Amino acid sequence: MIFDYETLRLIWWAFLGALLIGFAIMDGFDLGVGMLLPFLGKTDLERRVIINSIGPTWEGNQVWFVTAGGALFAAWPMVYAVSFSGMYFALLATLCAMFLRPLGFDYRSKLSSQKWRNNWDKALFVGSFVPALVMGVGFGNLLLGLPFNFDNDLRMVYYGSFWDLLSPFALLAGLVSVSMYVMHGAIYLQLRTDAEIYQRCKKVVLYAGLITIALFLLAGLWISHLPGYHILTEIVPDGPSNPLLKMVKKAEGLWLDNYNHYPSLWAVPAGACILGLVTVFLSLINRPGLAFISSGLTLTGIILTAGASMFPFLIPSSIAVNSSLTVWDASSSVSTLHLMFWVTVIFLPLIIVYTSWIFKILRGKITVDYVHDNDHKLY
Amino acid sequence: MITEGVVELSRWQFAVTALYHFLFVPLTLGLSFLLAIMESCYVMTGRQVYKDMTQFWGKLFGINFALGVATGLTMEFQFGMNWAYFSHYVGDVFGAPLAIEGLMAFFLESSFVGLFFFGWDKLSKGQHLMVTWLVALGTNLSALWILIANGWMQNPVGAEFNLETMRMEVSSFGQLIFNPAAQVKFVHTVAAGYTTASAFVLGISAFYMLKGRDAAFSQRSYTIAAGFGLAAVLAVIVLGDESGYTDGEVQKAKLAAIEAEWETEEPPAAFTLVGIPDQEAMETKYAIKIPWVLGLIGTRSIDTPIMGLKDILLKNEQRIRNGMKAYAALQKIKDSEKPIAPELVAEFEQYKADLGYGLLLKRWVDDVSKATEAQIAEAVQFSIPRVVPLFWTFRVMVACGFIMLVIFALAFAMSSIRKCRQEWLLKLSFWMIPLPWIACEMGWFVAEFGRQPWTIAEILPTFLSASSLTEWDIILSLSTYILAYTCFLMIEMFLMLKFIRLGPSSLHTGRYHFEIAEGAVK
Repeated sequence: MIFDYETLRLIWWAFLGALLIGFAIMDGFDLGVGMLLPFLGKTDLERRVIINSIGPTWEGNQVWFVTAGGALFAAWPMVYAVSFSGMYFALLATLCAMFLRPLGFDYRSKLSSQKWRNNWDKALFVGSFVPALVMGVGFGNLLLGLPFNFDNDLRMVYYGSFWDLLSPFALLAGLVSVSMYVMHGAIYLQLRTDAEIYQRCKKVVLYAGLITIALFLLAGLWISHLPGYHILTEIVPDGPSNPLLKMVKKAEGLWLDNYNHYPSLWAVPAGACILGLVTVFLSLINRPGLAFISSGLTLTGIILTAGASMFPFLIPSSIAVNSSLTVWDASSSVSTLHLMFWVTVIFLPLIIVYTSWIFKILRGKITVDYVHDNDHKLY
Repeated sequence: MITEGVVELSRWQFAVTALYHFLFVPLTLGLSFLLAIMESCYVMTGRQVYKDMTQFWGKLFGINFALGVATGLTMEFQFGMNWAYFSHYVGDVFGAPLAIEGLMAFFLESSFVGLFFFGWDKLSKGQHLMVTWLVALGTNLSALWILIANGWMQNPVGAEFNLETMRMEVSSFGQLIFNPAAQVKFVHTVAAGYTTASAFVLGISAFYMLKGRDAAFSQRSYTIAAGFGLAAVLAVIVLGDESGYTDGEVQKAKLAAIEAEWETEEPPAAFTLVGIPDQEAMETKYAIKIPWVLGLIGTRSIDTPIMGLKDILLKNEQRIRNGMKAYAALQKIKDSEKPIAPELVAEFEQYKADLGYGLLLKRWVDDVSKATEAQIAEAVQFSIPRVVPLFWTFRVMVACGFIMLVIFALAFAMSSIRKCRQEWLLKLSFWMIPLPWIACEMGWFVAEFGRQPWTIAEILPTFLSASSLTEWDIILSLSTYILAYTCFLMIEMFLMLKFIRLGPSSLHTGRYHFEIAEGAVK
């Protein structure tokens, strides 16, 4: 083996981040486009332009979500078990909303009835809005800690309800997520459309971009007054994956600990804000391609900000702090991490290569005329 | 503490969501290959009709694929949501094939399926053909990794219990991947998918021929489906027979339960064709038996006995008693100071293989090592699956398989001498459409219900695997799934039937029945 357990755990923390960022960048604009669909498309043809801008690619993009789930299962099985069974109804709502996406995209334009199409447009909105919101709310709750503990057999018991997840801070995190995906989706649409839709997108980018930055800053200020978590006992980076072997303390402001120890980390949230502004600027001066890259980097910065404040925590427990799951005690075994490392370094670049090829084939603007002329070939 | 109700409801939910998902998966598996074959014909011959076939059957593929994707999402997340202890206890092993499935297969299939639908005018003929083959490859690789995960649940090789983390961990990926149970299941399942898709194309083409529509189109579709279907259904039957002959203790109990084989018979054992099994009395009434057949299928020999359920129960009782000792040693290890005394570890190691059998008692008593004789007796009775449901579902599955074999053989024979336009044959082909779905659903049931009372055979009882949710949580989620899936299925059937009725006219090429009939294009 070329890596020790400690390094593999760090690599898998990074890979999980990479998959989440991949999801945010690739599926994020699909979610944003889905949320904007009923508002930016005034006529059926315009809505079809919007849908077909992501029509051939949304399916592949959604796999980032599924794969992030699978990778979590393989590399961080306890995190997978605790978060998914704990936030049960939040996950159920996300799943039910996401069911509407494949059906909406595939079925909407199969019939010409306007009522049928309008209903699917609403379904696509729900299918994009709910996951975007819930994922943000979920992350907000991870920062707050979830109410769970482990018994002697390492069986997790969860003490919260669905409504407990909807605390003000978590909802704010949900709004950050919604607004950043709206911004990202609008920029993608700006890149792929022309005429009126293009102009409407510019306006959305401006507002959604500024709102994202404002909400992100607000969440940052809030978090400095929220309880954070810190490992008290000596860290054993290659110890067994048993979360009951350590002591943790919980106190206000601890989520800024990492930033205080490594001041250079402040570059991450600062970068997210600056890049957000750059995105808005690039969109305004009609450079949607560059704006899309900048927007992707903004999302990366926002996700990394949360990761950097929580490290090494993955899911803190708000009621039994010592049961918290961390990078050092919630992973798979060294051999599984090692195998999955190789699988990832082989297949992730391959995925990026063929996805890029597909986007290259499908590049160019989708126009109202194009949709009109290819009535039976498109969504 | 987990209640019986939570476990029962979680099982129902898994069964409902998996059975729904499995309505769409087999068609996707097989149709993707049929599309690739049709498009290969187009690229090789250059004849437009093959392109139209690819596009029309592709439309139906798309309608089905959407629901396969939607219901598949639930499958990926349900382990964590409803089977949290399972996810923790075996995630180190079971999670890897699922993650590999995402990275290697699901990405491939989902990324290229968009180009399949929308890339016709943007790609060269060869490029598009490659895209179609990649979709077919992706769907089938996806099945491979899912069935490696499932095969491990049936026959858990290549993993060890870890005392420090209180869970199963991988000891050999080679064994996990080349698990004989997984290999057999994979080929049996994908072949079942090819059969399903062939029956679908065959039946609908027969419908067009019965209506006298689109002759060239439907006859070519019929011929391709007949050939591919005959090969597929033969493979399903031969490889299904192979599943009877795999490793693993729980697989043996499953085989005995399917056959209602109560006693260990003098080899070679007879096959019970039909009868009325009675689990209480442990006998099968009114049994009609065919001598030798079970022995031949189950062991490939005439002198190896097939163990009957009564003997399996005796063996299980011993293993449950050993499991209690393993559990007691494990508790001592947990309570002792570090470092753990080597004698304690040695004691645990001695009985470790039976720890799972000890955990079966958790349903009746929390401290397994203190189980009473009555509780042990109860656990022994529950250590094998229920016979009656397995006995019948298996027979329905096999009957469907053989009926399909006959129809595909006739269809293949008649279409190879270009005489498939017989009304009786076309009607048979049409009415065969539901059979593969019935067989697939029954097959899923036999495989998974036959594994009970385990989620991971001999390692983790189903009872222990569930999440710590309440009964109302699951009643709410289960009704949500049933309601949502049923609505979706109705919408899907509505669209599917609409496009089947329209036939290739739905491509708007101006070459097909309704367009010509209406004089829309000339």
